[in-house]
Amino acid sequence: MLTRRLFLSDWGGMTVLVLLLAMAVAVPYANLVLPPESPWHLSTYWVALIGKFLTFALLALAIDLIWGYAGILSLGHGAFFGLGGYAMGMYLTRQIGDRGVYGNPELPDFMVFLSYESLPWYWWGFDMFWFAMLMVVLVPGLLALVFGWLAFRSRVTGVYFAIITQALVFALMLAFFRNEMGFGGNNGLTDFKDILGFPVQARETRVALFVVSALVLILAYVASRFIVTSRFGRVLIAVRDAESRARFSGYRVEHYKLWLFVFSAMLAGIAGALYVPQVGIINPGEFAPLRSIEAVLWVAVGGRGSLFGAIIGAFAVNGAKTWFTTAYPMVWLFALGALFVLVTVFLPRGLVGIFRRRRREGGA
Amino acid sequence: MSVLRNTREAMRRDRVFGFLQPEPDFALPVDTSHGTILYVDDVSVRFDGFLALNRLNLSIDEGELRCIIGPNGAGKTTMMDVITGKTRPDEGGVFFGQNIDLLSLDEYQIARGGIGRKFQKPTVFEALSVFDNLELSMASDKGAWKTLFHRLTPEQRTRIDEVLEMVGLEQQRARMAGALSHGQKQWLEIGMLLMQNPRVLLVDEPVAGMTGDETERTAELLVSLAGGHTVIVVEHDMAFVRSIARRVTVLHQGSVLAEGSMNQIQSDAKVIEVYLGEEA
Ligand SMILES: Nc1ncnc2c1ncn2[C@@H]1O[C@H](COP(=O)(O)OP(=O)(O)O)[C@@H](O)[C@H]1O
Ligand SMILES: [Mg+2]
Repeated sequence: MLTRRLFLSDWGGMTVLVLLLAMAVAVPYANLVLPPESPWHLSTYWVALIGKFLTFALLALAIDLIWGYAGILSLGHGAFFGLGGYAMGMYLTRQIGDRGVYGNPELPDFMVFLSYESLPWYWWGFDMFWFAMLMVVLVPGLLALVFGWLAFRSRVTGVYFAIITQALVFALMLAFFRNEMGFGGNNGLTDFKDILGFPVQARETRVALFVVSALVLILAYVASRFIVTSRFGRVLIAVRDAESRARFSGYRVEHYKLWLFVFSAMLAGIAGALYVPQVGIINPGEFAPLRSIEAVLWVAVGGRGSLFGAIIGAFAVNGAKTWFTTAYPMVWLFALGALFVLVTVFLPRGLVGIFRRRRREGGA
Repeated sequence: MSVLRNTREAMRRDRVFGFLQPEPDFALPVDTSHGTILYVDDVSVRFDGFLALNRLNLSIDEGELRCIIGPNGAGKTTMMDVITGKTRPDEGGVFFGQNIDLLSLDEYQIARGGIGRKFQKPTVFEALSVFDNLELSMASDKGAWKTLFHRLTPEQRTRIDEVLEMVGLEQQRARMAGALSHGQKQWLEIGMLLMQNPRVLLVDEPVAGMTGDETERTAELLVSLAGGHTVIVVEHDMAFVRSIARRVTVLHQGSVLAEGSMNQIQSDAKVIEVYLGEEA
């Protein structure tokens, strides 16, 4: 019954899920089992790269959930992604122990450098993996709860909401750039050694992180499908298209928006936490307002309001970006702009829209 | 200064953490022992100095079908906004029965408490099916957590089927609401109100844009609802008003100009001057 509800008529989502599962099996095989001489061998560079895309896809999914289904345009989801990333980064930093440049077992290098006497209170507990993982969802979730509560109950919507989310992420960036904040200033947190006892740089660890990212993305997709196919999900669409009608039908619109926003922020936090060990660094650049806008672009390109479109969009845009930045580094920003214009003009429903139209014309 | 005021408003003690408070009961115990279900008491609404409602007084009996007419800009929609909690009046009070002060309630509470509203411009959930539109409007626990795990019961299905039939949309049940004709959307919205089991229906210009035939069917529907529900209809179409009205209130410049049967209204000199005169 439930599987029917979740997957029936979600052919695109099913395809994407099957592809993700296939990746979760094929990528480890191609990297670990196949010898480097094999034409099918996948280098560790590619594993890490695609693993990073998976975390971007999770961020895009989080954005599509609120934007596509509740019409809440957040141009500040990098805030939640970054906070999740920092929580993971703090855990990884604590794992360095006395292997840092200064060899201080208690304090990370940057704190020794800034002559900290002791570990600030907000770093307590981050040496424990479970605590750090809790913070990965709690910190973004709490920020989203407070921020969303203030915004939604004052009925801030549309472009005004988008602007204040930009302000939020910008404020975080400025704050994290400051050395006094105790998060490593503009260098951020890096030089990680190991995660749960496994060396972060090792091939096997990278493959494991890849698999975990793929599985988390699949789980997040299924959970999001559960939400949007429930009555809750239809209320969201109702709110998106006719907010006052929904109010006069007896719905507390701000609650719906708030809980969805919190859930979405938690997904973004998890995405950030998976991202950091795979790229090996977290710094305030993740809070750059432009990064958040770019993430919204992935969703727009893939096609808003279908969930799997966001995943496709994240892969498509970041794939193109990787290719462009190596082949024609100067052109990328222009290409991104052009892509955005092309999509808005010719594909208002994103890449997914092409297939949808085909199917309809095919009489399916 | 406005920052300070907004901050204060946001931090009001009685509202803080409102999302953690339990939902109010759906059925407010409305006291209608004197036969009156809705009082609008000396209500004034000012928009940038302009008086949209000017000491408006109105009293509606339970089960009544009341028509409210008046020229454009008379304040009819604003009056509905005040009753349903969308606009807070600058002065005056609005009561549901003897005991419930509507001004202290939010839109969702007023809606759950039994006052349904149809907008002037038909407003339905266009990206959802006709069936879903009715399902979402149904009186039931509308808390976020409950809707996440909700399953339709057979009784609820039956109720939706009943209303589909009442508003004549059985054939359209699976269609997207956005694909309906203008008149069908009007009916769907009335159907959505009915799903709420309201005691009072506020219906803003229900036959705007309808064909003569559709208008007639709408009149029948509204007349059949009166008695079981209290129905307040705002309308421009005088023929329509004549066909359904028992009691008519004429609004002009934000206050009541005249009230009475259609015949009394039509022979009222003031009314003829400001309103009917243009048509005659
Ligand atoms: N939000 C608003 N801001 C400013 N003026 C408004 C607003 N809503 C209504 N008005 C004005 O109040 C008057 C009454 O409007 P309304 O209640 O819509 O009239 P009616 O429904 O009788 O045609 C009109 O002059 C309108 O321009
Ligand atoms: Mg009006």
